[in-house]
Parts: sequence; structure tokens; C-alpha cells
Amino acid sequence: MQSFALTLSLVLMAAIVLIFGWVVLSASTREVPPAKPFRWRSPIFWILIVAGVIISVATLSPWPMSGHTASASEPDQVIQVTGQQWRWELSSDTVESGKEVEFQVTSNDVNHGFAIYRDKTKLITQTQAMPGFVNKLRVIFDEPGEYEVMCLEYCGLSHHAMSATIFVR
Amino acid sequence: MSEQTVKGAPARLAFQLYVGIGVAVFLLMMVAGAVLRMAQGAWIDIPANYFYQIMTLHGAGMVGTSGLAAAAVMWYFLRRHVDLSTGAFLTMLGLSLVGVVMILASIGIGGFAAAWTFLYPLPAKSAGLWGPHAAAGYVGGLIFIGVGFLVFYVDCAIAIIKRYGGLLRGLGIDQLLSGKIDTDHPPTVVASSMVIIINVIGIAVGAVVLVMTLVNLYVPSIAIDALLAKNMIFFFGHVFINATIYMAVTGVYEILPAYTGRPWKISRPFLAAWAAVTLVVMAVYPHHTLMDFVQPKWALVLGQVLSYLSGIPVLLVTIWGALANLHRSGVRWELPLRLIVFGLLGWSIGIIPAIIDGTIRVNYVMHNTLWVPGHFHLYLLLGLLPMLLGIMYFAATRANWQESVADRLMFWIYGVAGLVFCLFLLLGGSSSVPRRFAVHAQEWLMLTQIGAVAAVLVLLASLYLGIKLLRRLPHLQVGGA
Ligand code: HEM
Ligand SMILES: [Cu+2]
Repeated sequence: MQSFALTLSLVLMAAIVLIFGWVVLSASTREVPPAKPFRWRSPIFWILIVAGVIISVATLSPWPMSGHTASASEPDQVIQVTGQQWRWELSSDTVESGKEVEFQVTSNDVNHGFAIYRDKTKLITQTQAMPGFVNKLRVIFDEPGEYEVMCLEYCGLSHHAMSATIFVR
Repeated sequence: MSEQTVKGAPARLAFQLYVGIGVAVFLLMMVAGAVLRMAQGAWIDIPANYFYQIMTLHGAGMVGTSGLAAAAVMWYFLRRHVDLSTGAFLTMLGLSLVGVVMILASIGIGGFAAAWTFLYPLPAKSAGLWGPHAAAGYVGGLIFIGVGFLVFYVDCAIAIIKRYGGLLRGLGIDQLLSGKIDTDHPPTVVASSMVIIINVIGIAVGAVVLVMTLVNLYVPSIAIDALLAKNMIFFFGHVFINATIYMAVTGVYEILPAYTGRPWKISRPFLAAWAAVTLVVMAVYPHHTLMDFVQPKWALVLGQVLSYLSGIPVLLVTIWGALANLHRSGVRWELPLRLIVFGLLGWSIGIIPAIIDGTIRVNYVMHNTLWVPGHFHLYLLLGLLPMLLGIMYFAATRANWQESVADRLMFWIYGVAGLVFCLFLLLGGSSSVPRRFAVHAQEWLMLTQIGAVAAVLVLLASLYLGIKLLRRLPHLQVGGA
């Protein structure tokens, strides 16, 4: 997902740079009367709108947040997670691979971000940990091993050191 | 087209004050930014509490200064069309400076480090790092700045109402409805009306949550719903920072035609786009709360869909309009124009990673990583700031501009190093590096260090461009040209 988002962003950004470059390079010659620059605008507007509808439907259905709706199936395992300055408390830190785990995430003090990492360079999923609310996050771990929990919402002095480990068997 | 600029000694002095203070603070905050990046790159060693204090300072300082400098630009051009008061303009500066002193004391003396977004209840729960007075100083400082802005916007609103009969008329809604487009209606008035509407609402919401936070600091038993506070803070922050670009855009509408000799006239799509943006900017903020699963589903869907939609009017009206205005116009390139066009580029490319992160599926793995500062530094460092600098250069030096090789060189260093700086934030984000971490893990260090080198280069180029502008300040134009 991350590399797809990065590649798509870079391609679209490069396209905009090229368009700017083309206009800027030809800006110092004068053409009177100017060409009809707005000819293409309204078709492009409609293309963007139609693309937007398609992208929205494609990315929103099925609803991307598993377990978010009331009708969702029962998870295989439930783990209560509480964040507090500056550690995580998990009711269990061991799960089985291939099973659906529901993390019920809340906080005792300020906002935290419950983020599950595989190595330091692969964020798998996350949700906010908020005082007074429980966010439910469903995860299926495919690969056994150690996963690291980090805090992704700034919560004060030791925010960067607020971590825990989940063992997947 | 009239080349009328700031008339009268008090008005001129007021604008000089804004430019002078604005540029100086921008430069100082950039030094802070470079320090942050070098600390993350493990090149300088600062304790975590200082890191987060500097981060709070950098965020609040940059956002506040962006607001003030952009408001000054709006004031400078809006007064070509309506009667604005210099007193109200200076009141905004005065109240803001009081706010700045309070914020500086809160951070520097009180150790406050809850980040510029002061997410409730962090200001009240520092685990002993700062006390309630420090938090109150920060929150109170923001309230002063907010009131200053309100004074300014109310003055602008009154002036537009007097001249055009209402803010919605300033925005051109009546023309949209009747279908009769008055092509003499200035784009600057349209943009200003929009900014007044959204920012008065945004600041009012911000003020409410600030006062709630303040009360809670001293009477903790009066608790606030954390989700409600989060919604209000993001609404305020999102609207405020977006308004800065919409204020700066007034300068683009006025200055580009001066270079190209082609007037920038309003049209139906222009008015429709601004009307749409007015609503969308206020409705789009839930994309900041996509990871709050307790938010109602419709809010999350709205956050994603409107994020996508919000980019379109901007790109198709302002960017397209600017490029069409430039295309084969025979302009002579000079620093102010270069900075402005570069700013438009930074703004438009910054929209892309923002929209992509606004997709819920992507947000799961990008939210609160460096992807986020990556996209907003594109907007701000490569978009807003060059635009503001270009406009101020235009105001201060257009009369007898002489460009040196060093000017060009520094412009290119700024652009290239700035782009590298932002790209390495984005790369960090796509490698899952969290934002707002005082200490970066070994695995991330290479990306961070390249970013730090780029940060120092941007800083050096900015110092050159900024100091040159400050030295030009006495030449700021008065009267017709
Ligand atoms: C030399 C130029 C700059 C450098 C080196 C720089 C560097 C940084 C760094 C390292 C961070 C923290 C990133 C993290 O979350 O780990 C940051 C955050 C931020 N920067 Fe900059 N920056 C620069 C210019 C700007 C400009 C021009 C603006 C706005 C006009 C700006 C606004 C912000 C804001 C709002 C934050 C968020 C602070 C927070 O997360 O609380 N920066 N910057
Ligand atoms: Cu945290």
C-alpha cells in the first residue's frame, strides 16, 4: 500500500511539474491573441468528477474498516489495549497467526495512537487511543514473529519511546 | 490596470512592519526547523523535552506568522478596492505580538510542549513537565492572536459590505444565481470574502475550544469530551491554515496581470469554484479524524470524498487561470514573478499526497507518519512561503529591480533543496517513519539525514532571500507607479 501511494503521488506530481515546465518555458514568447486556454477545462472537470466517483466507490466498498459496523462477525480473540503516558497495557500480548484479533483501544490520560509495526519500516495498521472512547481495530496476522506497537499520536515527553511487543505464533 | 500601491505614511509603515516582522520570524522559525531535522538525524544532541518545545514553537510560530503575513497581503490588495482601516490592521499586529510574548514565555519559561495543535487533554496532562500556568499562557496567547484576527476580519467585512452590499455579494453569489456576470468585479474581493467567512467561523470555533481548555486547566472537574475537542481543534486548524493560502492568492490575481499585461477577469466557473471552496474547506476537516473509528461513518466518508473534491476547484480555477495567463504572454522573468509561479507549483503538487492520504485505506498506514509534514511542507514551504516572498518582493522592489546571478542561484537552491526536503519527508512517511518523534531509529536515519542536509540548504537560501528583502524594505513603494 505504501509504495503504491508513493508511486502514484510521484507520478501525478511529476505530471504537474511537466505542465508547469511547459508553460514556463514558453512564457517569454508573446502570442497575440492568446490561444483559447480554457477549451479543455470543462471536459477535464467532468473527467475528474467521474474519476472521483469511481475512485470513491472502489475504495469505500467494501467498507475498509473491518469490524467497524455492528453486523460484523465475532472476532477469534479480543485484546483490551490501554495507552497511558508512556506505555501500553495489553490484556494479552500473544496471538495466533491467521486468526482475527480485535483490539479494543482506549486511553487513561491523553490521546495516543495505537500503531502496529512489522519491523520499523512497515506500519501495518493503526487506530487512535482516546480517553473516554473505545476504538475497535480488527487485524489478521499472516506471519508469525514479533510485532512492535508504537505511539502515533503525540502525547508528551516520552512519546517516541512508548512501545510494546505483540508475539504472533 | 491600476498600479496603485499602499498610500499614505501610516499605511506604508504598517505594511513595512508586517513584512519586516514576518520575514524575521519566518527565518528564525526555519532555524528551529533545521535544528529539529538535524536532531532527528542524530547530528545534534538535544534532550527530548527541548525537542518538543522547539517543535511546538516551530509549529505555532510558522502557522501564526503565515496567518499574519498572508493577512497583510490580503490587506495590501483588498484596499485597492475597498476602504480598510490601518488602525484595525495594526490592532491585529499588536494583539498578536502580545499573544506571541505569552506563547514564548509559556514555551521558554514554562516548558510548554503540547504541540501547536494543543490536543485536549494534553495541555492539562503533562506528567509534570509543565504546569497549568504554562498551558494557560499558551492557550491565552492563542486567544489574543485570534481576537486580533477577528478585529481585522470584521473591518474587512464592514468595508466589503459597505461597497458591495454583503459578503455573499462580495463572493459573487448573486451573480452566480442571476447568471449576469459583472467582469469588473475584482477576483481579490471574491477571495477575500471567502476568507472572511471561513476564518471568522473557524476562529470562533477555535476560541470556544480554547476557552473550554482554559477553564478545564484551572477547574479540572469541568471535563471536555475529547472527541468533540478534537473535532473543534482540527476544524479550526484546518480552516486557519488553508485560509493563509487563499489570502495569499489575492496577490497572484493582482500581480500576474501586471507582468503579463493580461487582465484576470472573473467568470462563472471562477465564482462557482470559490463558492464551492467556501463550503468544502469547512466540511473537509474530518479527514484528520479518519483514524477515530468512533466517528460516525458518514463523517469518515465525507472526509475522504471531500478531500478529493476540494482539490479540483483550486487546480482548475487558480492554477489553470494562472498558467493560461502566463502562457505565451511574453513576460520577463524576474525574482518576484519566479517566486510566485514557483509557489503556485508547490501548492498544486502538495495537493496530490494530501488527497492520497485522505483515502481511508491509505490513511491506515500513513496517518501521523512523516507523510503528513511531507505534504504540508510542500504546501507551505514550497507553496505559501515563496508566494508570500514573491508578493512582498514585488511590493518592495518592483520599481527598480535589478537581478543578480546570486539571486537566481539562491532561488534555485531554495527550490531544489526545498523539494528534496519535502520528498524525503514523503519517503519517510512511505517507510512508516512516525511524525513528531524526537529520536529516530537506526533504520530511518539515512532518509532523515538527507532531509537534514536539504533543510540546511533551504535555510541558507532563505536567509539570503529574506535578508535581501529586509534590506529592500525602505524602498517599499508608495502611491501610484
Ligand atoms: C527550513 C525550512 C523548514 C524546516 C527545515 C522544517 C522542519 C520541520 C520539522 C523537522 C518538523 C517536525 C517533523 C516531524 O513531525 O517529525 C516540522 C514540523 C512543522 N513545520 Fe516545518 N520546517 C520548515 C519550514 C516550515 C514552514 C515554512 C512552515 C509553515 C509556513 C512549517 C510549518 C510546520 C508545521 C505546522 C509543523 C508541525 C509541527 C507539529 O507537528 O506540531 N515549516 N518542520
Ligand atoms: Cu504518543
